[in-house]
Amino acid sequence: MGITFRQETFRDDFSFRNSPEHIRRFPFPFHEDGYMYAVNIEPHVAGPKGSVLEHPIDVDEHYVSEMQDRALVLAEDPLRCQSLPHMTLAGWDLLELLMTAKAESYPEHFELTRDGDRWHWINRPLGIDDRFTFGDVATLPYGPMEYITRQSQGDFCLLDQRDGNLWMDAGIVTTQADWSLDFDIGMNFFEWHAPVPLAHEKGIFTRALKFLLNVQQGRPARRLNWTMTINPRLDTSPENYHKWGPDRTTVTPENVGKKVHLRVELQSFWRLPRSNGLVFPIRCYLISMDELVTSPKWARRLHRVIRDLPDEIAAYKGLTRYRATLIEWLAAHDDGAPTSPGFGPD
Amino acid sequence: MSTGTTKLDVVVADVVTVNAMVKRFHFRRRDGGLLPTFSGGAHVVVEMQDGATPRLNPYSLMSSPLDTREYTISVRRDDAGRGGSLFLHQRVEPGQAMVISYPVNLFSLDLRAKKHLMLAGGIGITPFLAQTAQLAAEGGQFELHYSVRTAALASYGGELQARYGRRVSLYHDDRGEQIPLDRLLSAQPLGTHLYVCGPSGMIDWVRGRAAALGWPAEAVHYEHFSAPQPGLPFTVTLAASGKTIHVGEQQSLLEAMEQAGVDPPYLCRGGVCGQCETDVVSCEGTFLHNDHWLSEDEHRSGRKIMPCVSRFEGPSLVLDR
Repeated sequence: MGITFRQETFRDDFSFRNSPEHIRRFPFPFHEDGYMYAVNIEPHVAGPKGSVLEHPIDVDEHYVSEMQDRALVLAEDPLRCQSLPHMTLAGWDLLELLMTAKAESYPEHFELTRDGDRWHWINRPLGIDDRFTFGDVATLPYGPMEYITRQSQGDFCLLDQRDGNLWMDAGIVTTQADWSLDFDIGMNFFEWHAPVPLAHEKGIFTRALKFLLNVQQGRPARRLNWTMTINPRLDTSPENYHKWGPDRTTVTPENVGKKVHLRVELQSFWRLPRSNGLVFPIRCYLISMDELVTSPKWARRLHRVIRDLPDEIAAYKGLTRYRATLIEWLAAHDDGAPTSPGFGPD
Repeated sequence: MSTGTTKLDVVVADVVTVNAMVKRFHFRRRDGGLLPTFSGGAHVVVEMQDGATPRLNPYSLMSSPLDTREYTISVRRDDAGRGGSLFLHQRVEPGQAMVISYPVNLFSLDLRAKKHLMLAGGIGITPFLAQTAQLAAEGGQFELHYSVRTAALASYGGELQARYGRRVSLYHDDRGEQIPLDRLLSAQPLGTHLYVCGPSGMIDWVRGRAAALGWPAEAVHYEHFSAPQPGLPFTVTLAASGKTIHVGEQQSLLEAMEQAGVDPPYLCRGGVCGQCETDVVSCEGTFLHNDHWLSEDEHRSGRKIMPCVSRFEGPSLVLDR
């Protein structure tokens, strides 16, 4: 049984919605009634059937519309996709990873046939049927990274590993929580994380880097991160801040349920075999407050998390302007009952 | 979470005598499929059951990364070593089932380099066989200088010269030839990266001259696996697991822990990757640090040890394992 892809928008009229099944599978990021930074990294192994972790690379009902939104962003701003000259090999690594994972997990939608270097790729949801030579950039309409990530949900950072550090030397970034590839390109792990509050003092990044440098082939890892977004907008970039920043002033007690979205990133970390680089896919999932409170446990817990969040973290995540309104709205969905441990809805 | 690698079930497809000291081993997947793609400079850890003694030794992959039907390694027989190379030379035959780790690369090419200058000593040639194959396929610029004892012991010297012509130079100890290091290091285009793999003395020599001639440390890469050295036996208490273990003369501390059912993470087993770094709870005695991971300050502090290669002499050592 294939996925039924929704036709929806992430801009203008914001027609994005989650189906009831997709609400149930939302990767809710809080395992307890509070939140603090931690090195919350775990092996990226298969999760329960139907969950976003069932397959190594998740494809969902928003796939086709997200790819249309990415094409719009790239048409307006080509610098969202950049690859320094030494990163082409890593791009081929990524192309192989995404094509093989998709074809294996979703054979009704994707098909890959390999005869040595001659590859044949069929992407049915997007109507693509291409033959090319693996390793020969002249046989694809874009570079290998751009070609395959125009067909893959989520942002992708390709990192070069050298001198005991990781370097943001390539990527495609159109669904980001307020950071810019054009600004970060060429930076190392500590440089691009410099703006994050509190975590440096806790030694989080030193430990996280040590872990990531040792991620091995065939043993990917993952973590969840989160923020909130007003309106289901994928492209909340610094480049377009003038378009979405003012949205934060539009939250009222009446429209919280529709406008305020929990935004969860499923970040995974993969060693790339030919280049010895790493890829971080950063996959964004959105859920409106109206959709989220259909799970009473999530409603109670999110209320407690947002209410008790340290001010620095609330400010870094851009919540300050509408936090009080949101807490008041969520409080009405929190009867004070205890919540069960773990992420899932009850 | 612990890191580490996934294991691969392989069969020995062939064993080839290269010369009086070196044998080459070919591994294929037992299920007949392709092995994982790897990058030049990667190694695998080969698991051996030598009687009652398990041995896990790292060896560089020397086959072309472009062909993953099989992996090959070349092993130099070390008659004074602890026995891993002797086991491979004397006991491993075609058809035998073995277990190896997924490839891990701790000696990666810097893909930004305008040119790769490679210096090999003896069996240190193996990672360069894979790296030159990778670079040649991509049109990368490289130059390989290979120091050997005698022409008869120049493993793959002839093949490399046949493949890459003047890009490969050989230097024979018995003819008094030496790599003209200062001349090479003084006459490279900007953006050249330097790679060295060979005996410790050679690595120190190359790194020392490169630093003296103003090479940036980021452009100097070296592969420095130390095999664990035998030593006096000692006794260790593992506080976290509540065990007291005995480390034999021919055994490493890491191997003794594994034998007792305590499994610290590892990747290289040669004092380089840092995975098995272990905190010292208390000690009375002297550490024999043999790793390239901890800083000199950490060595002096007596608070950390790398159990894959380092040892201890004294009445009492308690570790946080």
